[in-house]
Amino acid sequence: MEKMIIEKNGIRGFFMQLGNKWAIIFLLLEFTIFSFAIPGFFSFNGIQVLLINSPFILLLGLAETFVIISGGIDLSVGFIMGFASVVSAKLIAVFVELGINDLFSIIIGIIATLIIGTIPGLVNGILIGRLKVPAFIATFSMLGITHGISELLIEGSYAKNVPPLAGAIGNGSLINIVPGKTVSFFISPAVQRGEQLIEILPNMFVIPFIIIVVFAFILKRTKFGKHTYAIGGNVDAAIKAGINVKNHITKIYMLSSLFSTIAGILYMLRFVTGKADAGLVFLLDAIVAVVIGGASLYGGIGTVWKTLTGCFIILVLEMGLRMFGVPTFYKLIVVGIILIFAVLIDQFFPELIHKED
Amino acid sequence: MNTNKYSTISLNRNPSKFLSIFAKNWAAFFLLILIVVFSFTGQRFFHLANFQNIVHLSTIYLLLSSAETFVIITGGIDLSVGFVMGLSSVLSATIMQRLYAANYSPVWSILIGCIITLIVCIIPGFISGVLITKYKVPPFIATLGVGGIANGITLLMCGGFPVAFLPPYLTEIGNGYLIYVLPGKAFSFFNRPEGIFGEEVKDLIRIIPNSFIFIFIILIILWHVLRNTRFGKHNYAIGGNMDASVRAGININKHLMTVYVLAAFLSGVAGVFNVFQTGIGNYTPFSAMYELLAIAGVIIGGASLMGGKGGIIGSVIGVILISVIENGLHLSGVDPFYRFIAVGLVLIIAVVIDQSFPDLL
Amino acid sequence: MGYLLEVKNLTKRFGGLVAVDNVSMEVKEGEVVGLLGDNGAGKSTLIKMISGVYRPDGGKIFFEGKEVKIDSPIKALSIAIETLYQDLALAENLNVYSNIFLGREKLRKVLKFINVLDNNYMHEESKKILERLEIEIPSLRNRISMLSGGQRQAVAISRSIYWNAKLLIMDEPTAALGITEQKKVLDLINKLKSQGIGIIIISHQLYDVFSVSDRLVILRRGKKVGERNIKETNPDEIVSLIVGAEKVSEKIYPEDRN
Repeated sequence: MEKMIIEKNGIRGFFMQLGNKWAIIFLLLEFTIFSFAIPGFFSFNGIQVLLINSPFILLLGLAETFVIISGGIDLSVGFIMGFASVVSAKLIAVFVELGINDLFSIIIGIIATLIIGTIPGLVNGILIGRLKVPAFIATFSMLGITHGISELLIEGSYAKNVPPLAGAIGNGSLINIVPGKTVSFFISPAVQRGEQLIEILPNMFVIPFIIIVVFAFILKRTKFGKHTYAIGGNVDAAIKAGINVKNHITKIYMLSSLFSTIAGILYMLRFVTGKADAGLVFLLDAIVAVVIGGASLYGGIGTVWKTLTGCFIILVLEMGLRMFGVPTFYKLIVVGIILIFAVLIDQFFPELIHKED
Repeated sequence: MNTNKYSTISLNRNPSKFLSIFAKNWAAFFLLILIVVFSFTGQRFFHLANFQNIVHLSTIYLLLSSAETFVIITGGIDLSVGFVMGLSSVLSATIMQRLYAANYSPVWSILIGCIITLIVCIIPGFISGVLITKYKVPPFIATLGVGGIANGITLLMCGGFPVAFLPPYLTEIGNGYLIYVLPGKAFSFFNRPEGIFGEEVKDLIRIIPNSFIFIFIILIILWHVLRNTRFGKHNYAIGGNMDASVRAGININKHLMTVYVLAAFLSGVAGVFNVFQTGIGNYTPFSAMYELLAIAGVIIGGASLMGGKGGIIGSVIGVILISVIENGLHLSGVDPFYRFIAVGLVLIIAVVIDQSFPDLL
Repeated sequence: MGYLLEVKNLTKRFGGLVAVDNVSMEVKEGEVVGLLGDNGAGKSTLIKMISGVYRPDGGKIFFEGKEVKIDSPIKALSIAIETLYQDLALAENLNVYSNIFLGREKLRKVLKFINVLDNNYMHEESKKILERLEIEIPSLRNRISMLSGGQRQAVAISRSIYWNAKLLIMDEPTAALGITEQKKVLDLINKLKSQGIGIIIISHQLYDVFSVSDRLVILRRGKKVGERNIKETNPDEIVSLIVGAEKVSEKIYPEDRN
C-alpha cells in the first residue's frame, strides 16, 4: 500500500525520523538507565511492582485519550475514581451486612458501581454536548460535585468494612504457581511455610490492559473511533457530514466516566477501602501522559498506544525516583520538564509520516 | 480544548430587555439573594465582623482571580497561579526566617523577604510567557508544566513542612484592622487600644481590615488598567480576535509576556500576603485547587474562556459569591462538602446563562 | 408540481437580525440555478436551511413534491441532498478517503459480528472517483492538512458527487481553483445537469455562473430581489440587482456619459 514519506537525505533524515518517535526512545532509555543504576529495578519483582501500580494512570489516561482526541477535556476523572472507590466500598459493606455472602456482595457491588459511575459522565456529556458548556467548566464542576458527594458518603474519613476477599482479588495475580504443587488464577492459593509462591502478572495490570487493548481497537478501527477523531478535528465538518455530535459527545464522557469508575473499583480492591480523593494525583498524571504521548490538546490527534507510552514514562520515572530514595517532589519538576519538552519537540520535528492516526 | 467547539448552530432567542439585564448581572443578583437567605439561616451571618471576615479570607482568591482575569481575557489560561503562590509563600517565609535568625531587625527581614520574593516570582511568568509566545506551547500545558516545576522547587525548599519562626509583627499587620473602637471607651488606629484587657476585648469593634485596604488598592489599579488604558484595550482585542490585533500592529508577543508575568507577580503577591495572614510559609498542596477556584470566580463573573470578555469587577463578584456560599453554608451548619457541590452548580449555571444570552457584552 | 426542490417563504433570524426574509425559490431536475448576492445577502444561510444545518424560523420546504422537515444534516443527506460548503467542511486530521466517507463509513465484519471500518473499500472507491474527475492526489492515506487548497476543494467536490445526489448545492465551488480546474468543475456541472441532477450554485464569479446556469435568483439583505432566465438577462442587470439599482450611477459607466 502507499505510504508517503518525505525523504530527507541520510543522517538528517534519520534523526528527523527518530525525533518523531522520541517518546518510545525516551521510555526505553529511561528504563535502561534506571535498570543499570538501581539494583533490583529490572527484575521480576521490580516489574511486577511497576505493573501493580499502573492501573490508575492507565485507565485515567485511556479516559483522557478519548476525551482529548474528541477535542474536549475531563477534569473530573480523578474524583470520579474516588467516588467509585467510595461507592463500591460502601455498597459491598452494606451487602455483606445484609447477610449476602462475600463474593456475591463484591460482584453485585461492583456491577452497581459501574452503573452508577456512568452518571457523572452522562451529566458531563449533556452539559458539554447539549448545553454547550465548555468542557473545562463542566468537568471542573463535576469534579467538585462528585468530590462533595464522596465526602458526604464517608463523612470525611474512609469507607470501611470491605471484606478481605476484595483485597485478595486486588492484590492477586493472574497466574499463581507454587512450583511442583498448584497453579491457580486470580487468587493466591494457600501457601505452606517454606514453599515458594510465584506470582505472574498482577490482576491490577491485567484488567486495565485488556480494556486498553479493546478500546485501542475501537478507537482505531471502528466508526465510533473515526467519528471521535472527526469531531476533534473539525466539529463543524462532523455535523455537516451528518454525525450526531451531541450523542457522540455524551457517549465519550460516559466512557471516560466508566474508565474512571473502573479505576476507582480497582483502587478499592487493592487497598480494601474507599477514599474520596484517591484519584486526585492521577488526574494530572493522566493528562500529562496523554500530551507526552503526542496527542494534541486541541483534538483530532493521538492514539491509545501513544498515551500508553506516556503513562509508562511517568510510571517508570516514579518508581525509579522512589527506589533512588529521592523525595517525590522531584517527580513534579521532572514531569514538568518532560511535558514542556514533549510539546516543544513536536514543533522541531513535524510529522514526517503523514498518515492519519 | 478550553472552549466549547460545539456551538456552531446558534440558539435562537429574542430575549426581552429586562431578561437581558437580569442575565447580564445574574451573579450580583444571586449574591444579594444569598446574602438575604443566609442572614436568616446563618448564625451571625449578617454581621460586620462576618462580612469583613469574608473579604479578609477572600483576599488571596481575589488576587489570583485578578491574575486569571487578565490571562483569560486574552483567551489563554494560567494553571500555575496556585503553585507560584506556594513558591512565594515558602520563599518569602524562608528569607524572613533566615534573616531574622541572623539578627536582622524584623522590619528589614520582612521587607527584604517581600522584595526578593516578588522579583523571583516574575521568573515563572517569564518562562510561561516565552514558552507560549516564542515556542507556541499551548497555555494549558506551558503553565501546567511551569506550575509543576515551581511546586517541585517549593517542596524542595521546605521539605514538605511549613516554614515557621518568622519575625514578629507579621500577623499583626496581616490580620490587623484600621480602626478599633470600644464604644464610649477607646478608639485607635492600626493597633488595639492600650489598656484593654480580658472581657473588654470581646466587645471591641474592628472596622476595615488592613487586608481590605490592601486588596482594594490593588484591585482599583488593576481595574483601571484593564478598563481605561491601552494595555487593557489590547488585552480584550487579542482575546477577541488575535489575527485582527496582529494586523492592527499590536505586539502580541510582548503583550502576552507582560500578561503572564503580571499573573505570576500577582500570584507572588498572594503568597507573600498569605505569610502575613497565617504567620507561616506554606506550600500549595494539589488538593487546594487554587487555580481552578480562581478561574471559577472569573467565569462566574462573566468572562468567557474563549477570551474577549470579562473584567475585574465581575471577577470580584464571582470570588465573593463563592466565598459567601462557603461562609454562609458553614454558618448555617451545613456540611462543608456541600461547598464543592454548590460551587460546581453555580459554575454550571453561570455558563449556561452565558451561552443562552451570547451577545451581551 | 414537477419541481425537484421548492422552498416557500423561508425565513431565518439570528437574534435581532433577519438573515433570510421570506424567500421562495424552485429548482427543477436537470436545472442549474445560480444563487447570487453580495456578502451578507443571505445566500449561505438559505442553503444551510436546505442542507439541514439551520432550522428555518418560518416557511416550508418541498422535495420531489412532498413537504419535508429538514431538521438536521443527516436528514438532508438521507433524501439525497448533498452540499459543498464554502469552508469545505473537511477534517484536517483525517485522510482523503476518511473525509469522502465521513459519516457514511463503509464497514466490514470481523469475526462474524464485530463491525470494523473497511478502509480498503473506501480507499479504492475514493481512488476511482478522483480518477474520474481527473484529480491528482499522490496519496490518499495522508492527512489532508498536507494538501493544497485546490486539492482540498477537489476532495470536497468529489465527496459531494460521490453519493449520487438528486440535489447538489455548491457554495463557491471554484474559489480556490486555478483556471484549468475551474473549467473542469464547470464541465462537471454540465455533465451532472445532463444526468438530471438539480444544482444550486453560489458563486461570485459571474462568468462561471453565466456559463452553467439556467436561471438566476438574486438576494439582497435577506430578500429575493430578482429572478431571471439566463437567456433573458445580462451581467450588468444582475450586478445592478445585486447591489441595488439605485446605487448604480453614471460614475460606474463612464462611457454612457455624453
